[in-house]
Amino acid sequence: MSATAAVRPHVTEDGRELGEVLMDLRNITLRFGGVTAIKDVSFNIQQGEIRAIIGPNGAGKTSMLNVINGFYHPQEGSITFRGETRSRMRPHDAARQGISRTFQNVALFQGMTTLDNIMAGRALKMRRNFLWQMLRYGPALEEEIEHRRKVEEVIDFLEIEHIRKTPVGRLPYGLQKRVELGRALAAEPALLLLDEPMAGMNVEEKEDMSRFILDVNEQLGTTIALIEHDMGVVMDLADRVVVLDYGRKIADGKPDEVQSDQAVIDAYLGVPH
Amino acid sequence: MDLEDTSAPRALASIPALLERNAKKFATRPAYREKEYGIWQSWTWLEAAEEIRALALGFLALGVEKGDFVAIIGRNRPALYWSMVAAQSVGAVPVPLYQDAVAEEMAYVLGHCGARFVVAEDQEQVDKVLEIQEKAPQIERIIYLDPRGLRKYDHGRLHALRDVQAEGRAAQERFGKELEARKAALGYDDTCVMLYTSGTTGRPKGVVLSNRNIIESSKASAEFDNLTEREDVLAYLPMAWVGDFIFSIGQAYWTGFCVNCPESADTMMTDLREIGPTYYFAPPRVFESQLTNVVIRMEDAGRFKKRLFDSFMAHARKVGPAILDGRPVGIWDRLKYRLGDLLIYGPLKNVLGFSRVRVGYTAGEAIGPEIFEFYRSLGINLKQLYGQTEATVFITIQPDGEVRADTVGIPAPGVEVRIDEKGEIFYRSPGVFVEYYKNPESTASTKDAEGWVATGDAGFFEEGTGHLRIIDRAKDVGKMADGRLFAPKYIENKLKFYPNILEAVVFGDGREMCTAFINIDLTAVGNWAERNNIAYASYQELAAHPQVYEMIQEHVEEVNRSVARDEMLSGCQIHRFLILHKELDADDGEMTRTRKVRRRVIEEKYADLITALYDGSHSIHTETEVTYEDGRKGRISATLEIRDVAVVESGRDAA
Repeated sequence: MSATAAVRPHVTEDGRELGEVLMDLRNITLRFGGVTAIKDVSFNIQQGEIRAIIGPNGAGKTSMLNVINGFYHPQEGSITFRGETRSRMRPHDAARQGISRTFQNVALFQGMTTLDNIMAGRALKMRRNFLWQMLRYGPALEEEIEHRRKVEEVIDFLEIEHIRKTPVGRLPYGLQKRVELGRALAAEPALLLLDEPMAGMNVEEKEDMSRFILDVNEQLGTTIALIEHDMGVVMDLADRVVVLDYGRKIADGKPDEVQSDQAVIDAYLGVPH
Repeated sequence: MDLEDTSAPRALASIPALLERNAKKFATRPAYREKEYGIWQSWTWLEAAEEIRALALGFLALGVEKGDFVAIIGRNRPALYWSMVAAQSVGAVPVPLYQDAVAEEMAYVLGHCGARFVVAEDQEQVDKVLEIQEKAPQIERIIYLDPRGLRKYDHGRLHALRDVQAEGRAAQERFGKELEARKAALGYDDTCVMLYTSGTTGRPKGVVLSNRNIIESSKASAEFDNLTEREDVLAYLPMAWVGDFIFSIGQAYWTGFCVNCPESADTMMTDLREIGPTYYFAPPRVFESQLTNVVIRMEDAGRFKKRLFDSFMAHARKVGPAILDGRPVGIWDRLKYRLGDLLIYGPLKNVLGFSRVRVGYTAGEAIGPEIFEFYRSLGINLKQLYGQTEATVFITIQPDGEVRADTVGIPAPGVEVRIDEKGEIFYRSPGVFVEYYKNPESTASTKDAEGWVATGDAGFFEEGTGHLRIIDRAKDVGKMADGRLFAPKYIENKLKFYPNILEAVVFGDGREMCTAFINIDLTAVGNWAERNNIAYASYQELAAHPQVYEMIQEHVEEVNRSVARDEMLSGCQIHRFLILHKELDADDGEMTRTRKVRRRVIEEKYADLITALYDGSHSIHTETEVTYEDGRKGRISATLEIRDVAVVESGRDAA
C-alpha cells in the first residue's frame, strides 16, 4: 500500500533538483481514545521539495504535522527520516534531527524582541552550558557571536532589520508570522513544517510570505511541508500535494492532478448522500 | 586663477586622483561604513581604493570603453558609490538613476544616454532593466549587487559585482597598465558625472558636470564650513540627486570624511541615531516629519513631562538661536539653557540623532519658520542653502551667525548672482554645468554665452543684509485678472507649514480670485483624530470629515490674514478650497520624484474640480485614476465638499 506519486529523483519545471526521499511515512494510524484522527495514511517527502498537505476542516492535517514532529505518537505505522526509522520520538528529538516548525497560531515570546525570539531558535545548537553563557566569556562568547551572525543572516533573509529590537508583541500579525518563520529557520532545519503560514493574512502579506517560502526552498535548499487552506497558494507553491479527508488519504500527486481529482472535488464541495 | 588651472596639468583633477591621494593620506581612516547583519562594517580609504581598483579592472575585462555611460541604480550602498568611481577610473561616465523610478522613466533615461552597462542593486532593479530591454537595446551587461532571487536568471549578460571584482583582481596583470593610463588621462574638464534632473516640466534632462564643476564646488563649500576628514555623513538621499553626489563623493573625496550607509530605508532613523552624523543634510520634509513625531509623542506624554518640555522649549526659543549665533545672552538665561540642555535638549537631540551635528543644511523647498527655529533653538546649527543641479548645488548659502528662516543666504564662494528686471535669478560660477546631454537648444536657452544661468526662480536681495529671498518659480509668478501679483508657491508654503497640511496647490493665474487644493497629512491628522475619538476607515473618509474641514479652514483663514499684511501679495488670499480625496503622488505623475508639485499635470487631471472651485458649487462628484506601486491602475471616486473662506479686504488693517 504505497500509492505515492513518483519518488525518483527528478528535475522540476523550474530547474530545481528533487532528491531522495527525506521522510517516508507508512500506514500511519493515530487514535485519541475511540476517535481515529488519521487512518492508514502513507506518503513521503522528497529532498528539496515543497510538499503541501491539504484537506477540509478536521481532516487531520495538523495531527499529521504533529506526528511528523513527534508531538503525537501514532498507534500504528512507521516513520523513516533520513533513512532512520523511529519508534517513539519526542519533539525535541525531532528538533535535534533537523525538523523545525511554525504554528497555526503564532507561538512567540511576546515580551521578547525579534532578535531574541530568533536567537531562541538556536538554543539547541548551543553547546556551552548556561553557566558559561551567563559569564559571556571565552568560548561561550565566541559561540554567541557565531550564533548571532547566523541569526542576523536570517534577519537579512526575511528583511526584518527594522524590527530587530522591537518586542514581538507590538508587531502586526503578518510580521509576527515572519518572525516565527525566522525562528524556525534559525535552527537550520533539514525539514521545515509550516502550519498554515498564511492564515489570517491579507493578499499583500500572503504574496510576501509566498515569496519567502519559495526563497527558503530555492536559496537555502530547505525541504518544506506545509498545511494551507488557500488553494491558490497551494497550487502555486507546492511541488506535490497530499489530500486528507476524515483522516484518510484521498489523493496524492502534482497540484494540477490533485485539483482535477473527483474525490478531492467531492471532499471540498460535498456530495449528496 | 582659472587660467592657471587649465594650463598646468593638475595632480588632483579627478575623483580617482583624489581617491589615490586619500588612500595615502588617510589610509587608516574610515571612508565607508555600512550596516549589515546588524553591525557597522567599515572600509578604510586604503581598503576602499583596493575595492574600487578591483572593480575598475573588472570593468576593463568586461570591455567598458572611454566615454561609455554606466548607469547605477539602487539605494545608497558603498559598492554602488565604488561603481561610480570605478567607472570614472576607466574613463567612463557614471549616471546614477532614481531607484524608485518606474520602468518607463528608466527606459527613457537609459535610451537617452545610451548606457551599455548597468549596475543594479538587486532583483527588483534588474527586473526593471530587463523589462525595458526592447526600448534600450544597447544595454550589454547588467551587474548586480545582491544575488538574492537571481539564481535562475540567464547569466549570459548578468554578472555579480563580486565576480566582476574577482575577475578584475585576476586580470591585474593584463589590465593594470591600461587602468593607470586611463586614470592619468582624466582631465579637469572631462565629464565627472551625468545627472538627470527630476523634470518638473517635460522630459528629464541629462546635466553634464565636469571634474572642474564637482571639485571646485566641493572645495569651496568644504572650506566655507571648515569640513575636515573627521566628519561623518549619513548617505540616505537618492544617489541620482546632485546633492548626494556632492556630499557623498565630491566633498567626501575632497576632505576625506566618512560616508555611512544605512541598513535599509526602514532603519534610517535608527541608523541616524547610531552614527550621529556631524554634517547632515535633509530636505525640509524630513525635519518636518521628525518634528511632527516629537510633537505627537509629547502629546501622549505625562503631564509633568509635558510641562517640563513646554517650559524649557519656550526658553530655548527665546535664547537658543542667540546662543548658537554667539550673540550676548544674560548669565541667568545661559544657566537655564544649560539646565535645559541637560534635561531636555540633549536627550531630545540624541533621540533625533543630532547630538553631534556641527553643520546641518536644508534646501529644495522653503522650510517652515517654526520648524527651522525649533531645531536651531535646540542648538543644532541648521542652515539653508539654495542651489540646483546645473550649479553643482551651490548658488547661495547661509554663513554661520547669519541664519534666518526666510532667506537662503548670500552668494556662495565663487558664485556671482544677479537679478533681471522681471525678478528672475541668474548666476555664474565654476560650478556651472557643461551642457544638457544631446540637447543644445535647452542648453542655449538656460546658459548664455557669458556663462550666466537662468534659475527659473524669482527673488530679490534684501536691502541691508544682502541675503537672497526666493518668492516663487519665475514662470509660476503670474498676474491675476485685476493685475495683482499671483505667487502660488508663496501661499502653498505658508499652508504647508501647518503639520496637518501635507501639500497644497493654489490656483488663480489670470482669474479674479485664488482657490486651493489641500492634501492632509495622514500622520498628524490621524493622530488628532485618534485623540478626539473620530473614527475613520480610510484616508478618503478622514479627508472628507467635517471636523477636518473645520480645522483646515481655520488654517486657511490664518494664512489669509498673514498674506493680507503683505500689500504686494494680498490678492493671493484663498477664497475657496477643497480637500483632495487622495495624496498627490509621483507614481501618478502629479509630483516629481523629489516631491515637487507638477502644476500643469494637476490642472489637467483635476480640471473638473477646478471648475467647481470657480462656479460656486458646494460639492462635486469626481473619479480619479490612481497607479499602484506595482504599476497597475485603478479608479477611485468621491464626492468632495467645497468651502468658502473668509478673506481680509485689501486696504483694511489685517491685525
